[in-house]
Amino acid sequence: MTIQVISANRLGDGIVVYLATNGGWSECIAHARVIDGEEQGEAALDVAGGAVEACAVVDPYLIDITGSGGTRRPTLNREMIRAKGPTVRLDIGKQAAR
Amino acid sequence: MPILKNGAVIDDPWIVIADDQPLLVSRPIIVSLARWIAGREILQRRNGLVGVRLRSDELAEDIAADLDHLSLVAIEFPAIGDGRGYTTGRLLRERYGFSGELRAVGPLVRDVFLFLHRCGFDAIEARDAVEAAAWPQAVGAITVAYQNAADHGAPRLRRRDYSPAAAVEHNGRS
Amino acid sequence: MYLYDAIDQSLVDQRVEQFRDQVGRRLTGALSEDEFKPLRLMNGLYLQLHAYMLRVAIPYGTLSSNQMRKLAHIADAYDKGYGHFTTRQNLQYNWPTLEQTPDILAELATVQMHAMQTSGNCIRNVTADQYAGVAADEVADPRIVAEVIRQWSTLHPEFSFLPRKFKLAITGSVRDRAAVRVHDIGIVIKRNDEGEIGYQVIVGGGLGRTPVIGVNLREFLPERHLLSYLEAILRVYNQAGRRDNKYKARIKILVRETGTAEFIRLVEAEWEQIRDSAVELPRGEYERIAAFFAPPAYEILSRNDGGFARHRLEDRDFASWARTNVAPHKQPGYAIANITLKPEGGIPGDATSQQMDAMASLADRFSFSEIRVTHEQNLVLPHVRQADLHGLWQTLKRYDLAAPNLGLISDIIACPGMDYCSLATARSIPLAQDISKHFADLERQHHIGELKLKISGCINACGHHHVGHIGILGVDKRGEEYYQITLGGSADEAPSIGKIIGPAIPYDKVVDAIETLTETYLAIRVGDERFVDTVRRAGLDPFKQALYADP
Repeated sequence: MTIQVISANRLGDGIVVYLATNGGWSECIAHARVIDGEEQGEAALDVAGGAVEACAVVDPYLIDITGSGGTRRPTLNREMIRAKGPTVRLDIGKQAAR
Repeated sequence: MPILKNGAVIDDPWIVIADDQPLLVSRPIIVSLARWIAGREILQRRNGLVGVRLRSDELAEDIAADLDHLSLVAIEFPAIGDGRGYTTGRLLRERYGFSGELRAVGPLVRDVFLFLHRCGFDAIEARDAVEAAAWPQAVGAITVAYQNAADHGAPRLRRRDYSPAAAVEHNGRS
Repeated sequence: MYLYDAIDQSLVDQRVEQFRDQVGRRLTGALSEDEFKPLRLMNGLYLQLHAYMLRVAIPYGTLSSNQMRKLAHIADAYDKGYGHFTTRQNLQYNWPTLEQTPDILAELATVQMHAMQTSGNCIRNVTADQYAGVAADEVADPRIVAEVIRQWSTLHPEFSFLPRKFKLAITGSVRDRAAVRVHDIGIVIKRNDEGEIGYQVIVGGGLGRTPVIGVNLREFLPERHLLSYLEAILRVYNQAGRRDNKYKARIKILVRETGTAEFIRLVEAEWEQIRDSAVELPRGEYERIAAFFAPPAYEILSRNDGGFARHRLEDRDFASWARTNVAPHKQPGYAIANITLKPEGGIPGDATSQQMDAMASLADRFSFSEIRVTHEQNLVLPHVRQADLHGLWQTLKRYDLAAPNLGLISDIIACPGMDYCSLATARSIPLAQDISKHFADLERQHHIGELKLKISGCINACGHHHVGHIGILGVDKRGEEYYQITLGGSADEAPSIGKIIGPAIPYDKVVDAIETLTETYLAIRVGDERFVDTVRRAGLDPFKQALYADP
């Protein structure tokens, strides 16, 4: 059974964020709220929808992940790149902040 | 949704009649193109108390021959991305000489008011009162135009002064 | 180049304030994302994989040094110190914020630049030949007409919500350096037997999911009818283009579904109604615009500069650069200097703010302050005295701008791909880097000769892979990056769409595959055939065999 998190872009600056455990949004996928199963997924999308209404984020959606905490990573290449930054510029993006 | 006519919100006298509803006798009514075509004989006799509402896929030439009988043509803009109505409106004004009310129905946000105005629309169904109130600011947002449209000759818009000296003046001595 | 007057300046200034207001309404929620998206796209602002992306218009690829300096400053002040030059002669910033974009646009407006209509379902940046005004084979400078069209199409109230995007390109020469035959409308400027200027009008070309070469609408349209004819085409498209399916909404689909003859009839019928009307451009206005493109104050020089010849003899590296990157100029004693943004192992089309500043200074010193951007992601200094080429080159080297590879295999065109773009299905840049490094040896590159290699990270084909001599399309196969190779494409006056030569191959096999293809070419080429000539003569079989047959 795959687990998931919700990914979106922050409205004001476009930065990729993840729905966090505390109901807010984190730039770091390691702090994302883990979603297990359809019910939790729908509930999380509802929360995300609220954030869209509140003009905090745009375009929230579920992504599949594996691992946990600091080793958490998306299963899709595209989402990996979104989580870290361009693979051809390791000096910029989220990967550079670490 | 408020109707702006020539920039001011009006009490809208027009009633939209669905295809399966009976026509009202003494009120100005708007019918679909299909209904107009089917009932042209009767509707023509309404002496200006009739208008036609075009879907976005219905063209100016579909109604061009009947304009003398119509006081209003309404054109649908089902989504902001469906821009066919701009052509339809412009042709009705410029090519077919329609002088009645040309109404854009959406509902519509202020960001398209200037485009509509320049295509000859004199009435707009605004999304809400806030958008309607923004009319003066919206049509005044850009005061210059590079191309002619249904509003050519409009004194409010500055069009190009074809003098090379104008560039020198703007850029200083080059 | 064109200089704004008060009317041009008003338009961009007012547009900035209009967008500032729209951003404000978005941030408060007065506009939803669905309502705001078309508006921000019409100001060139995308939401991409990592952040927003702003596409700045560089009309017909012409830039002044002041404008280039401003682009460098914006990269530093609002972005991460670099920008990306695109296959439509524009510049992209990858990290602007929505909140700051009005300020960025305000800064651009101070140097007569903008980001209007670089996205959205409207008429986009009109692109032109990067050697406009200076190539010996030119009939007329296409930038005059490009500027006329730019103005006519800007905030055109009837054509701002088309079925889909609309791209025009113009060439002023029989040689097509602007890929006009794969644009929605392509224009070739011609002279008839009476010596009059007119336009060949081509419609319905395009790349993407359904690549196709455009068809001729008119062999020779008299000059004065340009705007009315374009209006007729756009009106037919606006009314009849499909709006039910985003992937079938370009004009190329309308032309195909209507049939060429019927499409021509529709355009001509509409045109009959509006020709010679108020939409035509007054001759005086045409002359006013044309005056901005008069040649600069060239010195009177002898045809060939002795110093240039001597430096080539004495300095092998300089000779190497001059061999590929210097093109002949119509003015005696001058040259066209090409600056490729394709250093070995580099990101195609990217430039740092330092490089942009350096280009601006070099343009001031050597090129009458003028720079061009090509649709192959390179830059041009269009008016360099031959005598200055060596000095120019020495400075270019200091800024890593002297790659001597124009038109060679390492002069790769690559879209940003999945490293940046939310539409991508695979990465394109690292593949470009690997290929560039593999073929680094310059002698080898010259041995191979002209080879236009183009990489797209998805079917939208922003890397123009369909018209590459070798085209590479990145696809996703079960979560892995695979690449489909096409051969024999070309975007010049003998255009062709590349043909797929076999199943997609995984990332780690692509460089070897390119190696195999070039080796095959070298083995079977006749005389001084270019790679693409050999493909056309010998067909795909030798290449298919080499790549896919069991050893």
